[in-house]
Amino acid sequence: MSIDGKDAKITLGPLLFNWPEAKRRDFYFRVADEADVDSVILGEVVCSKRTPFMTKLWEEVIERMRAAGKEPIMSTQALILSSREMGWMRDIVADPGIYYEANDIAVADMLKGRPHLIGPMMNVYNEGTLATLARGGADRVCLPFEMSGETTAVIAKAGIMEVEAFVYGRMPLAIAARCYHARAYNLPKDNCRYVCNLHNDGMTVDTLEGKPFLTVNGTQTMSYTVNNLAAEIPQYLEMGVSRFRISPHDVDIVRIADLFRGVLLGRVEPQQVLDETEGLVDGAPNSNGFFYDEEGLRYKVAE
Amino acid sequence: MSRVARDPSRPVTSLELVCPAGTPAALRTAVDAGAHTVYCGFRDETNARNFPGLNFNREELRDGVAYAHDHGADVLVAINTFPAAGNLDPWYRAIDDAARLGADAVILADIGLVEYAKDNAPNIRRHLSVQAAASTPEGINYYANNFGIARVVLPRVLTLPEIKELNRHTEVETEVFVFGGLCVMAEGRCSLSSYVTGKSPNKTGVCSPASHVAYEETGAGLASKLGGFTINRFAQGEPAGYPTLCKGRFAANDKVSYLFEEPVSLNLLEMLPEVADAGVTALKIEGRQRGKAYVEKVVKAFRRAVDALEKGQQLDAAAIADLTEGGQETAGAYRKAWH
Repeated sequence: MSIDGKDAKITLGPLLFNWPEAKRRDFYFRVADEADVDSVILGEVVCSKRTPFMTKLWEEVIERMRAAGKEPIMSTQALILSSREMGWMRDIVADPGIYYEANDIAVADMLKGRPHLIGPMMNVYNEGTLATLARGGADRVCLPFEMSGETTAVIAKAGIMEVEAFVYGRMPLAIAARCYHARAYNLPKDNCRYVCNLHNDGMTVDTLEGKPFLTVNGTQTMSYTVNNLAAEIPQYLEMGVSRFRISPHDVDIVRIADLFRGVLLGRVEPQQVLDETEGLVDGAPNSNGFFYDEEGLRYKVAE
Repeated sequence: MSRVARDPSRPVTSLELVCPAGTPAALRTAVDAGAHTVYCGFRDETNARNFPGLNFNREELRDGVAYAHDHGADVLVAINTFPAAGNLDPWYRAIDDAARLGADAVILADIGLVEYAKDNAPNIRRHLSVQAAASTPEGINYYANNFGIARVVLPRVLTLPEIKELNRHTEVETEVFVFGGLCVMAEGRCSLSSYVTGKSPNKTGVCSPASHVAYEETGAGLASKLGGFTINRFAQGEPAGYPTLCKGRFAANDKVSYLFEEPVSLNLLEMLPEVADAGVTALKIEGRQRGKAYVEKVVKAFRRAVDALEKGQQLDAAAIADLTEGGQETAGAYRKAWH
């Protein structure tokens, strides 16, 4: 069932980087006041060491989003390694009035019987898995980054739940127990001094020839390129994808949301979005290769 | 039915040795060398070692199962990639055939497939693949409560004390990697390979595939490349390694280093007493892509160590030294200092 761009929703994904609290607050207050987005995902996805400082801020931001008519969503950790971290997840999902994103099956299981969102770090590659998760209460899914357009179409057409596509931002490619940010600074993870807060869009990893290759964000390894699927939005709408995720970066995110809304409403040409956003994040190029089942770092011009 | 795992005559302290069988010949070698159990896959995209020249067709699996069972060993079939929507049949057929051909368990990663196996092949044991990255008792118990999994292969992200703690909170048997190649990232949650080559462990069962590898002579030495990107560079006389993406040399924070991991392999032979103490059921040796000589040597060394452990004897230091091949080794995530 194809979707009318007017009915499509925009989600601001969770902030993946370790911004200082003041910067975070300013960012979210501006989003609440100015950004043309329908839902805003809050919470820490990457590293539990960043979490303790933010509980109060999230409470404040949730209220602010609600007052602004935006749906607040709380996300949860992608890799849970200890019973202490699991305890925090249990505390986070305790509020029945909030809608949550699960990035690990253990959290999806905690949310059993309640509507919830399956995040892109969970391995949903097919309709069989999605049907199983739907029986647990999941009613929205943001598909994994390496999912092709063709596979997305099959899943969207199966009509099991609302499907969201990740259309803007660096792509989380891997998560580990090891912290590469700390490693790059010769620090042990236990005494990392939060060096991940030195890079607002992640730390660039170059090849030996000095060619930018990947981005490190603590325990997460991300693409260097910035995924940008503005040109594929008409195809997504046609296949029944109804939600579009923009991932926060240290750029004018209000403008990014406006551009994508413009494409959804047919008021902005996708090429304008590509031209205006190219190189905004650390000079990194746009990419869309995964959509075409090719190398994720590639940008393929649609025929 | 898994005879080894359920054999009541085996002492509780005994560890089951699970060994790689990339080919029918390697299966026989592993069984002859003392493997309690071997694992293998079908020759297609349904398993995470979908390399040219490896794996089993249906007839070879039937013969392999017969050989293993005649020698008292079990056979596990890895069906541990994630099927793409609209093309589930090859994976369903793999599960049906593994059951029909008498394998003792299937090793699965995809939630939908675990449910399919429970509903359609209930008599074959279900193991959860490392690719499912179930790192917590809660995650493991989800698969146990909903789909009756009997065993989980733990992702290489936990320390031994964390594994011991985990075993206190689940009835599911745990299997841990003890030797061979080492993923640095949480398994099954890594798209680095597909970012650079379009092929990934999850989708196509390959990582850093040979089809995308090139070696190039440069002024600064021999460069090993993956998908056109330099992964490492070697001075003259320095042995050139395979450009596995996460084992390369990169520059970050103005410093060149093996940022993710050195080109090391895992070896827990010396730590087996601690591994046993952590309450695991089975030890897994990586290496379905390795040759018969390698399989024989590693399986024999580990079988001797497991038997010695069972009898309360010291491990054989010579056997340990013999295994190291001069390469760098690590205890990986099992030791806190690695993290």
